[in-house]
Amino acid sequence: MSGADVQAPVLACTGLEVRFGGVVALDGVDFPVARGSITALIGPNGAGKTTLLNAVTGLVRVAGGAITLNGADITALPPHRRAAAGVVRTFQNLETFSNMSVLENVMTGAHRVIRYPLAHALFKTPLYFRRERACRDHAMAQLDFVGLAHLADAPATELAYGSLRLMEIARALAAQPELLLLDEPAAGLNMKETRTLGAIIRRIRDERGVTVALVEHDMDLIMDISDAITVLNFGRELAHGTPAEIQRNPAVVAAYLGEDEAEDAAPGAGKAAQGGGR
Amino acid sequence: MRALFSSSLAQTGLFLALLLAAPWLLTNDYYLTVLILCCLNAIIVVGLNLLMGYAGQISLGHAAFYGLSAYTTAVATATYQLPMELGLVLAVAVTALIAVGIGIPALKLSGHYLGMATMGFGLIVFIFLNETIELTGGPSGFVGIPRLELFGYAFETDRSYYVLTACCLAGVALLSLNIIHSRAGRALRAIHTSEKAAMTAAIDIARYKLLVFVLSAVYAALAGFLYAHYLSFVAPSSFGFLFSVELITMVVLGGMADLWGGIAGAFFLTMLPEFLRAFEDIEVLLFGSILVLSMLLLPDGFAGGLRRLARFAAARLGRSGGGADGGTGGDVDGPDAAKAAAPGAGGRP
Repeated sequence: MSGADVQAPVLACTGLEVRFGGVVALDGVDFPVARGSITALIGPNGAGKTTLLNAVTGLVRVAGGAITLNGADITALPPHRRAAAGVVRTFQNLETFSNMSVLENVMTGAHRVIRYPLAHALFKTPLYFRRERACRDHAMAQLDFVGLAHLADAPATELAYGSLRLMEIARALAAQPELLLLDEPAAGLNMKETRTLGAIIRRIRDERGVTVALVEHDMDLIMDISDAITVLNFGRELAHGTPAEIQRNPAVVAAYLGEDEAEDAAPGAGKAAQGGGR
Repeated sequence: MRALFSSSLAQTGLFLALLLAAPWLLTNDYYLTVLILCCLNAIIVVGLNLLMGYAGQISLGHAAFYGLSAYTTAVATATYQLPMELGLVLAVAVTALIAVGIGIPALKLSGHYLGMATMGFGLIVFIFLNETIELTGGPSGFVGIPRLELFGYAFETDRSYYVLTACCLAGVALLSLNIIHSRAGRALRAIHTSEKAAMTAAIDIARYKLLVFVLSAVYAALAGFLYAHYLSFVAPSSFGFLFSVELITMVVLGGMADLWGGIAGAFFLTMLPEFLRAFEDIEVLLFGSILVLSMLLLPDGFAGGLRRLARFAAARLGRSGGGADGGTGGDVDGPDAAKAAAPGAGGRP
């Protein structure tokens, strides 16, 4: 899987620039995501990781650079058109539809793939029933995939935090994305939940063939599942490579620990050893 | 899958039956007029509930759409003697066009700003109706609108007019329920809670906001058309800012994002002044107190109050309950339909 076709990345961000007033949040960042890979984006707080995801999904405007999906330029597209093109995401601070049941949340995610004209709904034509049933089954399959099928009819507000994270993933999967962007999917999860999440992310790639890019702070998880890692620091790309390369990279170690302590420890390697020992 | 697919039709049928039965319980023909006004207000409120309760977009200018439509048909059928069917088409088309024109820029705003923009629109229409005296008759109103006659049938009696408005309300309610339980309905509710998540689920939020805004304006236009040809007289004062606020109160009091609740709110608030009339001097005081108490005791409206009561009763009866009504159709379960009819039954005295 990691030997995917690097020549034609699903997503290619080149020279991305994002400014918030005078603050340069992203400063000429390149972020390629190879087809069929699990690509991680890491970096200290404020490095611009979420901003990069926002730029890719169109939630913030870029001041420079280009974003291409399968070679097509999507830099100028509004967010819903990018999602329609197959770039779907989850959010760091959950963005669930709190006025819906769990199943309806996921059915809403299928907006992209299961469609019918409004007129068919107004008059409840056979097509409406067929499509709604298909949508329901499709959504149930996604809930089943993340292990939430038993909660399908519960109001979204009644779910525990970890389950809501999985529900967002199910909602994103319901869109049958080409590229799934996960923004800190493990934030707020305990060890066991994180391990389950890691397995689900792998299955998303292996069973669904969906390319995954994720922002994450949990180094064990990152080192465990990613094929490639991009490290951001202060809005610039610090390093790009395989997990093993990143762990050995002195600049990365310095950025994470500060210059002084860099020579005392190689924390990435230590953590990865733990991760590997699981 | 479940019975919920057919249930909106069943609910609407039950509701229409109750509406049509209501006149038999009345002792005074004047109450029929009140019921007709209830239905008209409820038609607007159904649209406003789609806009506010489901899609989460406020409008403080819906009285203007109501008024524009009423005046359009008045001018068309009285001044220009056009047939009434054409009056209806013109009233709806003009209102919808104006809604598109207002909606495209205004719906870029949200929250208080959208409220301000729609309020401004309402005020402009109000001033327009007052000032274009040659066209509208100005502040003293437009007199001599013909009574309704559609496809050769003249709705001469109040009874027949009531049946028409009740059917229109039921039709509007059914179409709206069908929208709510569809892909578009989910998109609207998604926009309400998280525009960001909606966008990234490929939902074109600008398009859906405009759709629901124009749809709610069209509902108001239908009500405005029926209003003009029922009273045969319209004046700007019926379509002012206060009426817009009253419409919103009906939605909130009945229950946001609960179609039958909103209709109940419309009936309740339209009837309340009639019952309070007996108290003469303290009428306004009572009206205000009832509103304040309702909002204090039922913060999520009649619908929410009833739902809580049902849950409480279920718990008391020892049933673990509630699990089943979390489904898609949960919002429109039986009790809500019964409650929607409750104020209608209140017309008895």
